[in-house]
Formats: sequence, structure tokens, C-alpha cells
Amino acid sequence: MDLARLVELNATYARVIDTDQLEEWPRLFLDPCLYKLTTAENVAKGHESGLIYADTRGMLEDRVSSLRKVNIYEGQRYRHVVGLPVVLGEAAGTADVETPFLLVRVMRDGTTDLFATGVYRDKVKPDMSGALRFAERVVICDGRRFDTLVAIPF
Amino acid sequence: MDIRHDVIGHEDLPGQTPHGPWPEDSLARVPYWVYRDEANYQREMRRIFEGATWNFVCLEADIPNKGDYRTNQVGAMPVIVVRDADGAINCFENRCAHRGALIAFDDGGNVKGNFKCVYHAWGYDLCGNLKGIAFEKGINGLGGMPQGFDRAKFGPRKLRTTTLCGLVFATLSDDTPTIEAFIGAEVLGRLKRVLNRPIRIMGRFVQPLPNNWKLYVENVKDTYHASLLHTFLTTFRISRLTQGGGVLVSDDGGNHSSYTVGVSEGANVGAYKAQEIRTDQDGRFALADPSVLDWVEEFGDQIQLQILSVFPGFILQQIHNCLAVRQIVPRGNDKMDLVWTYFGFTDDSPEMNRRRLKQQNLVGPAGYISMEDGCVGGFVQRGTAAADDHVSVIEMGGATAESQATRATEASVRGFWKAYRRHMGY
Repeated sequence: MDLARLVELNATYARVIDTDQLEEWPRLFLDPCLYKLTTAENVAKGHESGLIYADTRGMLEDRVSSLRKVNIYEGQRYRHVVGLPVVLGEAAGTADVETPFLLVRVMRDGTTDLFATGVYRDKVKPDMSGALRFAERVVICDGRRFDTLVAIPF
Repeated sequence: MDIRHDVIGHEDLPGQTPHGPWPEDSLARVPYWVYRDEANYQREMRRIFEGATWNFVCLEADIPNKGDYRTNQVGAMPVIVVRDADGAINCFENRCAHRGALIAFDDGGNVKGNFKCVYHAWGYDLCGNLKGIAFEKGINGLGGMPQGFDRAKFGPRKLRTTTLCGLVFATLSDDTPTIEAFIGAEVLGRLKRVLNRPIRIMGRFVQPLPNNWKLYVENVKDTYHASLLHTFLTTFRISRLTQGGGVLVSDDGGNHSSYTVGVSEGANVGAYKAQEIRTDQDGRFALADPSVLDWVEEFGDQIQLQILSVFPGFILQQIHNCLAVRQIVPRGNDKMDLVWTYFGFTDDSPEMNRRRLKQQNLVGPAGYISMEDGCVGGFVQRGTAAADDHVSVIEMGGATAESQATRATEASVRGFWKAYRRHMGY
């Protein structure tokens, strides 16, 4: 799979979140899909749970509409710094890709913290139009501590 | 107002806090210094966590085999919990008797033979007994420990352990009653209701919270707030005050179980709308994929939500089919860790496993419900920054701490303060 297209997909992904275009976020996934936010520890132990676990695009849309309309949390945004993807394998048009990330959280009062680091472990393939989309994106955080709350997806 | 106040007798107690008498000597009043005072915090570590209480330290499923261990904290004290050759579970302070270093400096694992401190290679058996001292006899007759040094007199402090339905608790006090007596029959019944067969761990996350540990305990016990803060509970009728349910409080106040029964709201069906309560978005907020709410009854009693706490820092949660234990770890006056362990049962079908994975979106640091509890404790911590001499008002449902057949009450929050004041000598 073309590395430049994977880089572009990751850049788009980070940008829609960091610029608060969250409604665009589910559109980067196929349907059905898997989006899971978990930790390296859980993956190593074979524990399946996620902080966020969505296996349809509808569940991703619900995350966004819930954050927009009903959930209570203090104003914040993210700055993603996404590294270069590594293609771990490719079969039947689907690429297994791993990409490291840093995630900085900026609170409404300006407090800026390194919120999480980790890798995205993805299954990427083209949709009907040929655009690359995530069949799976498992966010594997290096640490297990999630300060205060996680509202916006990683 | 003519309200009966449940007054704590002080005849055997010092009765004085670092800030004078408890306000109005009432369970319905809590002074805000209690979330900020450093000396009080240190007293809590000694009198509550290291006192006559049972502290959750791990699940039996964490340490199934001989030599399996986990590290944890009892208040400020680091501990090791380990299964020995007989299958018994031991717990001792994670502190070498020599210079005080951590004996184990990981989350857990399996130890072959003895634990050995890395600093000077002193060794401990699985009961926490000091068994080996490197170069104890010195070299060529020089150095070494003095003759007559009695290893048996040195060792990390040992805690008593007990197990209950797969949970492991530990206590430093000889005065702590059996776990069953400590929890009390009513709340114990509700604990056994959920933990009725072998569990399997599904995941673990830690949520550091920017508030005093007691603010989270109160939040857990606060049946009044749930449907007023959390839109998901109210809009999707997971738990409304107008549904059936109630709150059980142990006699000593420290343990509770609240529950919601999915019965018709009857004449109260419009109560949230009539008061224009934000969290009732019925008809205005809907899910594109409602599978996150697809629950099945698995305990045979129509209880769709149950929250249970054991003093001081253990919580068992059943929200639909989403099961978890939570441990509160104090980290100083204005910080704590909330350790979430999600679980299912070993006999779960693949469908039930998937259902639990989806419903786990409701809880934890990113939970549709629980994220909101992640911020409110900090709102109180910050809101009370200049209010040491002021009090919170905890008077819904009166000023006593007995079980009630409604959740429009703060009885179980008052129960916490009843137990807290007794342990603290206030």
C-alpha cells in the first residue's frame, strides 16, 4: 500500500479531531468497523476491553453526538503528533499498519499536558470510491493512566 | 426544621477534629476542610486504611497459581499479595526490613522460591518472613550481622487477608471483624447476587482524579445525583429516581448498595420533564446504534443497575450487563487513582462477551456515564478552595443513615460520614 496515501489518511484523521470537525471522524471508517481505545497492558494480557469500543459507524457517530449534545466535561481540545506508518503486512487489499502518536490535551484554561502516547494498529483498505478507510483502528496507549476523563476520541 | 439528627456519641472519643467540633454534630453537615487538611489526611491513612477496615487488594483471578502475586496499596502503604504453596493468600508490606526498599517493584507476576530485595539481596518467603540475609556471616570471619541477630524479629508488617466471592481483602488491624460481619447481611446479599460464579478479567484502566478520595466515595454513594448529572441514565431509563429501587445502608453506615428496578414510572413518568431537568432528553436525543443499551437480565431479579460500596474504598458495579470492580487509591489530599477492572464470567457466551464489551462504553474514564463523575469531584475540590470554614448540606431524605425505599435521598452518603467519624474519632 502506498505510504503517501497512508500518511495522508493519518493526517486527515488527526486534523478532523484537532480542529473539532468530529462529525467527519466516523466517515474515515468502514461500516462495520472496529475502533477500540485500550492499553499495551491489556493487549499483552489478552484483555479485550476498551475505554471506547465501537464496531459500527453508528457507534462512532453516537460518540460524537453524545459529546456534542449531552455529556458533561470541561472544555478541551487535542493536538495529535502522528509519526510515520509502518506497513506490517498486506493481504487481499487490506494493509496492517502501525503508526505511533503523541497526544497533547489543551484544557480551556490553557493547561497543556502530554495526555497519551501509543500506536495506532490499523487495518486499512479502500472503500467503494477507492478512498482509504479504516476497517480497524485499535488505539494502544503505552500507559494505563487516563487523567480525569476521556471525552474526545484519540 | 423538625428533623431527627443521627448524632454520634462522643463519650469514648476525643470528639474534636483539627478544626474543633464537627459542625452541628450532624451527619447532614460536612466541613470542607475535610477535603483539604493535610494532618487530617495523614490521620485517615492511619485510622481508616491502616485501621479496622477491610481493604480490597486484588481479585483471586489475578493470582490463580502458587507464587502469583500482585502489588497494590492499602492507603499509603505499598503491599504485596501472593498465593503461597498451600493455595492460601498472604499480604505483607512491600518494604524490605533492612533499608525499606520496595521488595517488588512491578505490578505483579510469579515468584519462584522467595522474594528477594534487589538492594542488598535480603530474601522473604511467601508469608513475608525474612529468610535470607546476603553475607550474613561476613567474609573470613569479618563483617556480617552480629551473632544473635534474630531474623524473626524483623520483617515487613503482615496483613490479615480474607476472600469473598473471588475478592481479596486485607487488614492491618486485629480488631477488624470478619468480612461478612464488616459488610453486613443486607449489602453482603447484594454482593453475592452479582459475584455468584467464577469471573474472568476483561480489562483494567486507571483514572487519576483531581480530587480528594472522599469526594469519589460520596459520588458513588450519592443516589440523588445519578439521574440529574448523567443524561444516559435518565434519557434511556437506565436509572431514574422515578423507577423502582432503593438504597441499603449497613448498620455502621460504611457500606451500601443502591439499585434500580425497571418498573413503570406510573404517575411520575413526566417528573423530569416537568422540572425541566437537563438529563431527560427522551425524544430529543437518540442513538444511531442502540446496541450499547442492548442488555439481558442475567441475575433473574429485574435489577438493571446496582452500585455497591465497601468502606473505605471498594466498589462493585452492575450497570445492565456491564460489570466492574473499582478501587479508590488515595494519592494525597487533592488526588486519587480510580482503578477499574472490567469483568465477565468464565461461562459467558460469545454473545454475552460482545454485549459486555459494548456496554463498557457506559463506564470507565471515557464512559458515557462515568466520564461525568470524573470531572464533578474536581469541580467540588476547586469550588471549595476558599471554603474551609463552610459546610456542605447533605439533607435529602432527612439526616439519618438508614436504608430507604427511595433513591431521592442522601442516606448512604450520610452513612459514609457516620462510619468515617467513628473511625476518625470525630
